[in-house]
Amino acid sequence: MTRTTAPFGRRAAPVTVREEHGAYVVIRCEDRTGPAPRPGQFYMLAAAERWGGGEGERPFLPRAFSVLRAAVGELHFLIEDVGPGTRRLCELGPGDRLNLVGPLGNGFAPPRDGRAPLLAGGGVGIAPLAIWQDEFMAGGIESPVLLGFRDERHAHGAALLTRPTVATDDGSVGHHGLVTELLEDELDDRSDEVEVYACGPPAMLEAVRELCAEQDVPAQLALESGMACGFGACFGCVVPTTDGYIRLCVDGPVLDAARLETALVAGAGH
Amino acid sequence: MSVDFCGIELAHPVINGSGTFDAIAAHRAFGDELLERFPFAALVSKTVTLEPRQGNPPPRLWEVPGGLINSIGLPNKGLHGYLEHDLPFLATLPVPLIVNVMGFSRDEVGELVGAFAERPEVSALELNVSCPNVETGLVMGADPGETARLVDRVRPLTDKPLIVKLTPNATDVPAVATAAEHAGADAVSLINTIKGMALDPKTGTPWLGGVTGGVSGAAVRAIALAQVHAVAQAVQIPIIGMGGVQGGRDALDLMRAGATLVAVGTESFRDPAAGVRVASELAELVANTVV
Repeated sequence: MTRTTAPFGRRAAPVTVREEHGAYVVIRCEDRTGPAPRPGQFYMLAAAERWGGGEGERPFLPRAFSVLRAAVGELHFLIEDVGPGTRRLCELGPGDRLNLVGPLGNGFAPPRDGRAPLLAGGGVGIAPLAIWQDEFMAGGIESPVLLGFRDERHAHGAALLTRPTVATDDGSVGHHGLVTELLEDELDDRSDEVEVYACGPPAMLEAVRELCAEQDVPAQLALESGMACGFGACFGCVVPTTDGYIRLCVDGPVLDAARLETALVAGAGH
Repeated sequence: MSVDFCGIELAHPVINGSGTFDAIAAHRAFGDELLERFPFAALVSKTVTLEPRQGNPPPRLWEVPGGLINSIGLPNKGLHGYLEHDLPFLATLPVPLIVNVMGFSRDEVGELVGAFAERPEVSALELNVSCPNVETGLVMGADPGETARLVDRVRPLTDKPLIVKLTPNATDVPAVATAAEHAGADAVSLINTIKGMALDPKTGTPWLGGVTGGVSGAAVRAIALAQVHAVAQAVQIPIIGMGGVQGGRDALDLMRAGATLVAVGTESFRDPAAGVRVASELAELVANTVV
């Protein structure tokens, strides 16, 4: 089961904790009525109050976020201020409320053919890997994780995962270079033993896809695309696959890399 | 707050705008709770064309103040795909089904209307006239003569209520509505989205894969109200009013301007159950309103 169905409609979730991790903010909220999400599923989030009236009189639509971590009756989300929607969400703290819809979409599926999981993430895309690693660890399964960040300020996000190997573009933390270079080294040693789970910016996911395709390594990629609704209504979030456009919200956001000719989703990361 | 619409009994006056609610995808996301609390008194399908369509290349969305621009391009499975894959499930919904169709010529629209005329699962048909007629190059719904010829052509093909979905991108919308009425349309619905555009801030080139798109959401509400009001002065047939409806007050305004039914579109993107809320707020307002 990679999908848990959501309660129908939007619900208000009180924010309980706001934590800063360098360039990122983690918002925790209470969600007593919602079901536990599957790792890789996402929620549509908006601030219950003052959603609108920011830069350019936005935001208007909710924003899609993979769940970072879930506990009983509680959800965690990882947010980076990159525009009027994320800016408003980053402001939220205890006493504020989130409007949320979810969990939505298909999450990660277990590794195939007895392979071991290998996780690779970049930037704010590390979020779904945290809850996925939690699940492996709860089952006593080793789940090494490789993370890439722009700089030291962003690399603070690495503390959200367990025993990560870190790369930074500027060399301020860990390996000086790209996370995909770390992945390449790993795959050189054990390409026939692992299944790769990746989430991050489009260029990183495309490099992961190419690398895994070359080495014949199965991979599941959690993609991002601009979404208005998150439940298949607007048809806005399509990505091209080997069998035509699919809606990322209902047929993803986790896709088998073999279905993709490219992970460079038009408009993603905007 | 039940209402009779062209002989169809509806539980309340709130339905969805075409292309803003996919009940099949929503059922995957929300399970049977969707059917237990179905948000609309009737479901209007996404536009069905004769042949399957992939739709426009992404990006397809751009947020604007109080709304969004969409450039989706009418992706759908085509008539046969719809009849085979979608209609069986949609027929099990707890509300009547209105099918929206579009063709690139009068013959194509005729073929679609004729095919659905025979289907007992379908309660009414809505004609999307916001596309060019390939024979004349004119957007059918932008020209009263084109609209009249289209409705003339398809009216004899069905006894089901025929709704014409008017485009706001026309010089004289009431004239188009009047032409539809005289040619035998049973109702009109408006407004469709308003043509808009956005440029990529990094490159200065069109953001949307389809170059231009349609603006919807709160941003268009005042325009919708004015157009519904103007059309209500011009025609006697019922009107489905829509454009930026976010709450019961917006719905009541459209009804006061002359609408019999009200449709929710973009607000469902923000809250999938928006239709439930709009209907209950509207019922409360009507109950408390001294006429």
